[in-house]
Amino acid sequence: MSSRDEIFSRIRKALPPEEERPKRPEFVNGDLLSRPRLEGSSLWDTFKRNFEAVNGRAMESVGALADFLLEREFSTGYCDPRLMDRVGSPLAERGLQVETVFERSRYDDYQFGITRATGAIAESGSLIFDDESTSDRLAALSPWVHVGLLERHELIRSIPEAVDRFGASSNIVWATGPSKTADVEGILIEGVHGPGEEIALLLE
Amino acid sequence: MHQKIDTYARTMREEKQHSVLMGATASTEKRYSVLHQDFEDPDALRTLAAGIKDHALANLDRYLADAEGALTANGAHVHWATDGEEAKDLILGILRDHNVTQLTKSKSMVAEEIHLNPFLIENGIECLESDLGEFIVQLDGDEPSHIVRPIIHKNRREIAETFQREHIGADYNDDPEIITRRARVHLRKKYFEAQAGITGANFVSAESGRLVLVTNEGNARFGMAPVPLHIAIVGIEKIVARDRDLAVLLNLLGRSATGQQLTVYTQFINGPRGKDQPSGPEHMHVVFLDNGRTDVLASNCKEILRCIRCSACQNVCPVYRQASGHAYRSPYGGPVGAVLSPLLFGKRFPELADLPKASSLCGACQEVCPVDIPIPDLLLRLRDRAKKEHVKSPGTPPMAPFAALATNPAVWRTSMTMSKAMNHLPIRFAPVAPLQAWIKQRTLPEWHGGDFRKWLKERNDND
Repeated sequence: MSSRDEIFSRIRKALPPEEERPKRPEFVNGDLLSRPRLEGSSLWDTFKRNFEAVNGRAMESVGALADFLLEREFSTGYCDPRLMDRVGSPLAERGLQVETVFERSRYDDYQFGITRATGAIAESGSLIFDDESTSDRLAALSPWVHVGLLERHELIRSIPEAVDRFGASSNIVWATGPSKTADVEGILIEGVHGPGEEIALLLE
Repeated sequence: MHQKIDTYARTMREEKQHSVLMGATASTEKRYSVLHQDFEDPDALRTLAAGIKDHALANLDRYLADAEGALTANGAHVHWATDGEEAKDLILGILRDHNVTQLTKSKSMVAEEIHLNPFLIENGIECLESDLGEFIVQLDGDEPSHIVRPIIHKNRREIAETFQREHIGADYNDDPEIITRRARVHLRKKYFEAQAGITGANFVSAESGRLVLVTNEGNARFGMAPVPLHIAIVGIEKIVARDRDLAVLLNLLGRSATGQQLTVYTQFINGPRGKDQPSGPEHMHVVFLDNGRTDVLASNCKEILRCIRCSACQNVCPVYRQASGHAYRSPYGGPVGAVLSPLLFGKRFPELADLPKASSLCGACQEVCPVDIPIPDLLLRLRDRAKKEHVKSPGTPPMAPFAALATNPAVWRTSMTMSKAMNHLPIRFAPVAPLQAWIKQRTLPEWHGGDFRKWLKERNDND
C-alpha cells in the first residue's frame, strides 16, 4: 500500500459516517467586518489611516515620492518597465537613477523598487500583489523602499472581499506595512528581510 | 521524584523566567485589547472558526484529495508521508534531484516536530533558518521555547554574545536594531546563494489548493524569490474547505498571536511562479505529513487538530509563564503542547504523560483559543488515559488516604475542625516520603478551611 493510500485509509477509519459529520457553518462577509478603528471619509482615506497605523506611507503623487526619496538621499532604484511613463521617468527627471532590470548580482545597489499592486484592503491597511502584476518579486522585496502603485477603483473594503477577488494567480501576497520583527525582547524593529519602508502610491 | 515541569520552574535562571513572563503577559494583553476593540462579539468569531475547522477535519479524506487535485492541476507535485522519517527521506530525495547544496528555511512547527533541519545538515545540505528567532536558536544549538516567538527566553545581551561569537557584525552590540540589521545583511547573502526554499503552511484551502503562509519578517517570501525550488511541508490537519474560510481564520490568527490585525506578509500559493515572473520557483513540491495525526483524529482528543498554532493559550497559561516552553520537552509548549505532545509522539506517551497533569485546569487556555478547543477537557481525558494505561508519572502523591477521608462524613467533619491545627504542625517534617517530595517544591498556604459549615449552619438557624 502506498503512503497515500495508508493515510487515506486511516483517515476514513477515524471519521464518522457521512450523515454524522458536522455541516459547514455558513457566514456572510459582514459577519467578519471589524469595527472601523480608523474610519475615513472614503475607502482611500480609510486605507491610508490603517496603512499608516502599521507604519506604511501613503502618497498621492509622483512628486511626493520624489521628494521623499531625495530627502532620504536615495539615488538608485528599480521601476517596472510598464510604469516608466507614469513613475520612473518623472523620477529620473528629478535626478534619480531608475533601472528597469533587477540584476541579482547588484542586489545591494537598489535602494527603492517600484511595482504594480493589484489592489489594497482598506480595513487592514494591506497592499495586494500577485505574480502577474509584479514585474519582479525580488525588486518588490529586496530594496529598502518598496512602492506599490494602485488606482482608486482597486480599493477593497474588507479581508473577505479581498479573498473573494483572488482571481487565478498562483502567487498572491498581502503586505500590511513594512517587514518587521519583535523577536528581540518584544521590541519592534522594521526592515528585517523585506522593505523597511512600504509605500502605497495612489495615481488616478 | 518531582514533577518535571515543577523542576524546570524551580531551577530556571531568574533572568530567563523574567523574559518568558514579560513576553507572555504582554502578548496576552495585546491580544485581548485588539480582539475586543475590533469585534462586537469575538466569541462568535471563535465559534465560527471552530465550526470551519471541525467541518474540514470531519471531511478530511475528501478535502485532502481536493487540495491535491487543485495543486497538481496547477503544476505542483504532491507527496504523502506517514511519518517523519518518510518525510525527511522524501525531502532529501527532492533536494538531491535538484542538486541542492544550500537552502533557506522559514519557520515551520512541523519541521521542528520531525527535526528536519539537523537531518538535512547531517546529509550535507546547508539548511539555514531564516526567521530571526529561529536563526539565533540555530546558531546557539538551542531549542525554540515558544510557538510564535522562538527566543522569548533570551535577552539582547545573550543574542549579542552569540553574534559576536559567530562573527556576525564587527563587534559586540546589543541594540535590537543593530542586531536585526546584521542579521539582514548576513541572511540576504544566503538567500541569493541558496538553490531552494523550504516552508511550512498555516492553512491549505481544499477548493483552490492555496497554501497560506504568514510571516512578519518577509523571510518566507524572500526565501522563495531567488530560488528555482520550493518545498512545503504541511500537516494533514491544516486543511479548510474553501478560500472564504481563510478570511475567518486570518482575522483571528494575527490578533490571537501578536495582537496584529494581519501579519505583515500573508501569502497564498498554489503553484510554481507565474508565466512571466522572472523570480520565484519553477518547481513546487508539497509534502503532506501524517506523523500521528490520524491517531489523534481517531482518539477522543481530536479537537486539538483544530489548532492554528497562534500561541495565545501558551501566553495566558500560568504554568507556561513560570516553567517556559522548554519544560514541555517538545516543539509545542504550553497548554496546546500538554495535549498535543503526548498524543503526537505516540511511543513517547508514557514519557510525556506528566504534561496533562501540569495544569490547574483554570480554563484560560480555552477562553483565548481562536478555534475554541476545550483544552481543559482534553487534559482530563489524557489524565484518564494515563490512569487506564497504568502510566506512573513522578511527583503525584498517592490519593488513597485523602479518598478515605473524603468519603466518610464523620471523619471529614472532625478533620475540618482539627485542620486549623495544621498551621502549627511541622508538616514539612512529617515522615511520609511522597508527601515530602510533593511539598518540597511547594509552599502550603495558611489553612482557612472549615468556616463554610459554620456559616451554613448559622444561616439555617437564622431562617
